[in-house]
Amino acid sequence: MYDIIVVGGGHAGCEAAIIAAKFKKKVCLITSNINNIADLPCNPSIGGSAKGVVVREVDALGGVIGKIADQSQIQMKKLNIKKGPAVQAYRAQIDKDLYQKNMLKELKKHSNITLVEGMAEDLIIENAQIKGIKTEQEEYCARAVILTTGTYLKADILIGNTRKRSGPGSEKPSLYLSDNLAKLGFDIIRLKTGTPPRVDKNTVNFAVTDEEKGADACLNFSNFKQNEYDLNKQVSCYLTYTNPQTHEIIRNNINKSSMYGGLQDIASVGPRYCPSIEDKIMRFYDKERHQLFLEPVSLKSPKVYIQGLSTSFPIEIQEQIVHSIKGLEKCRIITYAYAIEYDAINPQQLKQNLETKLIKNLFMAGQINGTSGYEEAAGQGIMAGINACLNLDKKKAFVLKRNEAYIGVLIDDLVTKGVIDPYRLLTSRAEYRLLLRNDNADQRLSHYGEKYGLLCKKEIEIFKQKLKKLKKWEQKLKETYISPNIENNEYLQKLNSTKLKDRISLYDLLKRSEIKLEALQKWLKIDAEIEIKEKLEVQVKYEGYIKKAEKDAQKMLKLEKIKIPEGIDYYKIQNLANEAKQKLSEIKPTTLGQANRISGVNPSDIAILSVYIKGKRNGK
Amino acid sequence: MEKTIAGVATALGIGAISIIRVSGEEAINIVNKIFIGENLKKAESHTIHYGFIVEGEKRVDEVLVSIMRAPRTYTKEDVVEINCHGGIIATNKTLEILLANGCELAEPGEFTKRAFLNGRIDLIEAEGVMNLINSQTELNRAAAFNQLQGSVSARIEKNRKKITDLIAHIAVNIDYPEYEDIEEVTVDKIKKNVRKIKKDLLEVYQASKNGKLIQEGINTVIIGSPNVGKSSLLNVLIEENKAIVTDIAGTTRDLVEGKLNLDGVILNLIDTAGIRKTKDKIEKIGVQKSLELIKKAELILLVLDNNKKLDNDELKIIEKVKDKNHIIVINKIDLKSQIDKKQLANANVVEISTFEQEKVTKLKEKIKEMFNLEKIQQKDLTYLTSARSIALLQKTIAILEEIESSVANNQPVDVLEIDLKRVWHELGLITGKTYEEEIIEQLFANFCLGK
Repeated sequence: MYDIIVVGGGHAGCEAAIIAAKFKKKVCLITSNINNIADLPCNPSIGGSAKGVVVREVDALGGVIGKIADQSQIQMKKLNIKKGPAVQAYRAQIDKDLYQKNMLKELKKHSNITLVEGMAEDLIIENAQIKGIKTEQEEYCARAVILTTGTYLKADILIGNTRKRSGPGSEKPSLYLSDNLAKLGFDIIRLKTGTPPRVDKNTVNFAVTDEEKGADACLNFSNFKQNEYDLNKQVSCYLTYTNPQTHEIIRNNINKSSMYGGLQDIASVGPRYCPSIEDKIMRFYDKERHQLFLEPVSLKSPKVYIQGLSTSFPIEIQEQIVHSIKGLEKCRIITYAYAIEYDAINPQQLKQNLETKLIKNLFMAGQINGTSGYEEAAGQGIMAGINACLNLDKKKAFVLKRNEAYIGVLIDDLVTKGVIDPYRLLTSRAEYRLLLRNDNADQRLSHYGEKYGLLCKKEIEIFKQKLKKLKKWEQKLKETYISPNIENNEYLQKLNSTKLKDRISLYDLLKRSEIKLEALQKWLKIDAEIEIKEKLEVQVKYEGYIKKAEKDAQKMLKLEKIKIPEGIDYYKIQNLANEAKQKLSEIKPTTLGQANRISGVNPSDIAILSVYIKGKRNGK
Repeated sequence: MEKTIAGVATALGIGAISIIRVSGEEAINIVNKIFIGENLKKAESHTIHYGFIVEGEKRVDEVLVSIMRAPRTYTKEDVVEINCHGGIIATNKTLEILLANGCELAEPGEFTKRAFLNGRIDLIEAEGVMNLINSQTELNRAAAFNQLQGSVSARIEKNRKKITDLIAHIAVNIDYPEYEDIEEVTVDKIKKNVRKIKKDLLEVYQASKNGKLIQEGINTVIIGSPNVGKSSLLNVLIEENKAIVTDIAGTTRDLVEGKLNLDGVILNLIDTAGIRKTKDKIEKIGVQKSLELIKKAELILLVLDNNKKLDNDELKIIEKVKDKNHIIVINKIDLKSQIDKKQLANANVVEISTFEQEKVTKLKEKIKEMFNLEKIQQKDLTYLTSARSIALLQKTIAILEEIESSVANNQPVDVLEIDLKRVWHELGLITGKTYEEEIIEQLFANFCLGK
């Protein structure tokens, strides 16, 4: 008998299992292939815009994706440096072999995690409560179950006119679980994604491509552990392009692609943000070329991933396409591109804590909820793990709000709006982007990590030290005044800043957009870590905008605080518009704020609903 | 902290006095800023104060202001109620000034919503109010829809589309930082776009302000031969409206000179000068002049003397008047009738005596009947939504100005985009088309992205 069974050993499953272990729960992680734990079946990179922030959020809560990525990266980059403080993020090229090895090591560190190889086929349920799972051979009992099945449910690999039941990269698919979920009342949706070919790096002519190097300073996802690594050993990526010849091959053969007539039975929906190369050519007809990034899969492996060339053409057309590209003329394809179709559930059937509404103590996380991406999976995995433990301990659910974390935005979007195509986090999905920065993930979330005992003493100490230093320097900037003398004004003029008329604190001076923190060293020696400086600079410079965002967020929170009691019959509420009745009955929002975000529910419906709730509370 | 909201609490066009309600933490401060009279900040709760609403130096309306401090108020917040006397234009002007001074326009039902959320009213009360609001909202929607069919809507939509594109473009730059072949939205590009959009919206704003939308009310002329009783009629009407007639300073004699509120029907009196002069000096208004006035007017009150036969000039005018909203007012019915009623066939006729109050009431009833209540309400709702749209537009322009100053301060694209999104949101509130997914859809529709 376990406390928690996690089904699936991907990025969601690993986070869920490890965080549950930190809750001192007896955990069983069931995966179809222990040697393929924490696979990166698509791009060999972690992070990116918004996603990179999620990695830091998971880390701040006590998760592992950040640390393992730091241990396994072969190139780190900081994105959007020039675009502003709230959109910067890290991205790492990952050595896939190393990442999987490090994650397995991490799992094995926790003695209360049992790794089991097997394929979950059915759930054991009593009185609408989960009791365990069945694999092909055995039954496993647990008080809570977290399903993180990725793209494995009834997965089909599509290449040209062939459809083959298979998990990604020839892994075993899960054949029965999704039908059994359907029997329990889950809405099954069919989604699709794809991956490009991998080619042999020894056959690529990198000399004719553009080199893309990593950052020139050490960067770490982890909020607690700053690794120094050898910048000279950072591996490069390379940029090449499609060309008119490539496009001609694609157009001439378009009906051979699975998605353009190669297969007649496509019912799944692919991601809008990740179109295949044939989609790009057909939809953006006038574009002369498309970027392709060549990314190493690992140090040992000869494989190079061609980002931008995802396709479902038959292999002979793939050969033609790849060989038409500059630098790849003579290359050998090691694995071919494919599209993959898989089952997921409608995430509107989940509560905000990722527990299913249908079955108590059954949680879901990752691609089964209609998302895509390792980071999105990890974010859900840790939340499902924490909430499963809180359920077992009979404690209040842990729900991150939209102004607290991208994870909060992600989960709220999923359970409130549902998905049409695989969901990817974008900065534009967050209303309070300026609050959800890369630099302040720990300030936003580490107190939760501390509260639930998910951070070790050392980590808490590091975090508290950071806050202390930040306060100290903030205070110093406020206390240090400079006067409008000739020397100061000449210095400011050199920095293209206006002259001083009155004395001014360094704090206020820093608010000028042209004055960088480093420029203040003239008056005050700021010998703090880069991390502290970054936090300080953003915090001071954008104070006004941040306050504005906080004020907006407070407005939203007011509605968020009003809980909607369970079991409301919306059809009995007078004056509610019919569309609102239907949507509210389906989604069963838990707060007025959530109800407000459901499309088709209007402000007048919210007003009526609030009246009704109040009445219920008063027993009228 | 909740924003301080303001809204017209009485239905416009119904009742001579309209009440603007202001609720929220800043309510008293904001009203105090635009009020001449005693210092409202020091006023005790639940007291009424006489004074004027001002815009800068200019007095906009003579008002009574009720101060009610939290928590013993409708919303449990500080509430100020302004009793406006100046009819629709002054009421809306006051509302506009409040919005310009930091109030947010109340959404339909928002006062009740706050009252409820703050625990002031119970279910049954609230349900009653909600029913009312719901029906109002429907009318509002219809009115907004009608209003937005026009070219103004298309123009606002065009600008919103520009902003949508710009935001989606920035979003692509942010979310797909390495797609260099997508043109980067620079601060300079934002600056150019913002300037263009602001210029266009400013034009719309000015046009709306000056336009017919704001200048509601029925342009009315009183015409007739000398000594038929025009000025007596005017005086009787004014008598009833003593506090309401306002001379609009700076208008020429051709334009509106005063306003009458007949139980909610607003008459804009045109060219009363001629009539007033008759008090001490007989001035003949020629046929030509009368015909000119008829052209301008939306309602013509043609006054005839019961005791005199119709002359040729009068007959000419009667013919002209028949094609328009008109009332032929036969005065002096206490005297012997000399008018051949056949000559007034197919005309709206009311017989009065300016000496008898009761008889004048008949005229008022007739006017109200002609501009029936439903019609007025529709009109006013159009007006209300238009005041709302104008307020939103004003806010939008203010945000665009903020963006311009942020650009001048070298703020990064990321920060500018946050304000662009606010612009997009406000414009969407005007056209009723904002929905969050739109930008994301746009992003995927127009840009070629992929891994």
